[in-house]
Amino acid sequence: MKEKFKQISDYEWRIEKENGMRVPAIVFASKLLFDAIEEDALTQLRNVATLKGIQKHAIALPDIHSGYGFPIGGVAAFDIDEGVISPGGIGYDINCGVRLLVTDLKIEEFIKKRNQFLDEIFKNVPSGLGSKGRIRVTKEMLLDVLAKGAEWAVENGYGIKEDLTKTEEYGKMPKADPNAVSNRALQRGMPQLGSLGSGNHFLEIQKVDKVFDGEIAEKFGIDKSCVTVMIHCGSRGLGHQVASDYIKIMEQKFGWKHLPDRELVNAPINSDVGQTYYSAMSAAVNYAFANRQMIMHWTRESFYNVFGEVKVDLVYDVAHNVAKFEKHKIDGEIKKVCIHRKGATRSFGPGREELPEIYQETGQPVIIPGSMGTASYLLVGTKKAEEVSFGSTAHGAGRVMSRHAALKQFRGQQVYATLHNKDIEVKSASWKGLAEEAPQVYKDIDEVANVSHNVGIGKKVCRLVPLCVIKG
Amino acid sequence: MKKFEFTGKKVADAQFRAYGSSLEEAFANAALAMASIMYDYVKIKPAEEREIKIEGNDLQSLLYNFLEEILFLLDTENFLLHSVKEIKIKNNQLEAVLVGDTKIENYELFGQVKAVTYNEMKIEKEKDIYMVQVVVDI
Repeated sequence: MKEKFKQISDYEWRIEKENGMRVPAIVFASKLLFDAIEEDALTQLRNVATLKGIQKHAIALPDIHSGYGFPIGGVAAFDIDEGVISPGGIGYDINCGVRLLVTDLKIEEFIKKRNQFLDEIFKNVPSGLGSKGRIRVTKEMLLDVLAKGAEWAVENGYGIKEDLTKTEEYGKMPKADPNAVSNRALQRGMPQLGSLGSGNHFLEIQKVDKVFDGEIAEKFGIDKSCVTVMIHCGSRGLGHQVASDYIKIMEQKFGWKHLPDRELVNAPINSDVGQTYYSAMSAAVNYAFANRQMIMHWTRESFYNVFGEVKVDLVYDVAHNVAKFEKHKIDGEIKKVCIHRKGATRSFGPGREELPEIYQETGQPVIIPGSMGTASYLLVGTKKAEEVSFGSTAHGAGRVMSRHAALKQFRGQQVYATLHNKDIEVKSASWKGLAEEAPQVYKDIDEVANVSHNVGIGKKVCRLVPLCVIKG
Repeated sequence: MKKFEFTGKKVADAQFRAYGSSLEEAFANAALAMASIMYDYVKIKPAEEREIKIEGNDLQSLLYNFLEEILFLLDTENFLLHSVKEIKIKNNQLEAVLVGDTKIENYELFGQVKAVTYNEMKIEKEKDIYMVQVVVDI
């Protein structure tokens, strides 16, 4: 498959329409990253280009890797009348995403009490497999969470109104319908609200180690002398169940045997099933917004408990797995399309109506977490992204080694020691879990951010490195 | 015969093959393979049982729904799997007794399986050996 992609510029590879593809497909990557892409991932990208109603081109970002159905690190836009919506194009972890917080706590002050803080936050933010939220959630409450998202959290004392302005969609998807979510999904969601979960999810206290654009950094509230916080998690079992439920419903209604992969199952956007899935997905997106809002609140409390008065402000909260209706220019015309982002970050430039006033001039903050213990990036959205990638850029580093292989090669204790020697403290419920997320199993995040920057679909603002990590 | 093995092929997810001298045994071993990503099932005490009845439209969806039930029981009841017994498969219906423990705080949990997928799912019989192949999202 790889040989079919032709390099057309330093950072762009392209395959023209062939064998059932309705549009071409494009990969944004450096030579180094392109060479490392799995064949599977490119086949999946090609398959996406065969789906009904797809517009302009199927896109892969520099962190593309093999997923199921759609690749991870991909974007596709579908015509609202002719096109489809596919749970596999969003992912099981609906609104897996990340939020970045800035504080006025000086790095040296933080370091003095780092371990005490780590213990405090580990206690306050439930993490790990099977982690349960700290509050008892009734079904009624949960339905409210699904309808209102982060707004529910703020109304119930988890944070302040200003936080909502700095959340994608203001923390609430307008078309969310709790009634579209199955009882099984609700049952999975109730005990887990307000928990980090496991896998690649983490909470990191960071510092800024490089500033690329001082002016924008200042507008985003970055102060190089103070610590920042990154929270990476999603919609937990509720989101996974919503995806799974609708895959089954779509299979029954529309079949899958005509598709190159069963995981590409989909429904016409304007069908009842398509609309109901969108409402259920939106409800799961809201669950994740509320989840991160609650975790942010407990992070604030942890700072107060250890350091006294500390100002903790949200920079932005972005979704990495989501479908949205957005206006984009296609064949010279502005058109509303259904954008699928699976492992991709929205990267809107200045002036987009979706952005809050504070980011109207700058473009939106784009947050790309690295793997546990490595660097992360804060970028800014661009007009160029709107022109070439439906206003999207990369979402992370992307794995290069399976968890199974990682376990064979690394030991948790050794990962801990390596990080400790680099002056990064880590806390995790499991040594094995730590080994699976060893920094070496991920692609080079610097390379991913550079591609985004050089293509112009997300410009580098600053690079963040961890001081301590809670591994989920 | 191995119970199961990981292919290591999928870098972001996990792909395994489980084997059995019957379809039932291969399904049961697939459940253990999935559990092994999250915890050491050998160490889980056989303290409690859950009787399950699963339906599917075809064998693949039966396998998908069976594995999903194990994730569901973990999320909602903290149920950790030790073994699968009395498993019967007929007409795309499955009955089994899951044996395990809900005292989750007593065990080391290291990984998470978010969901079962249909990606490259296979259910095959070669000579007398049944093989099921599954990719789970982790």
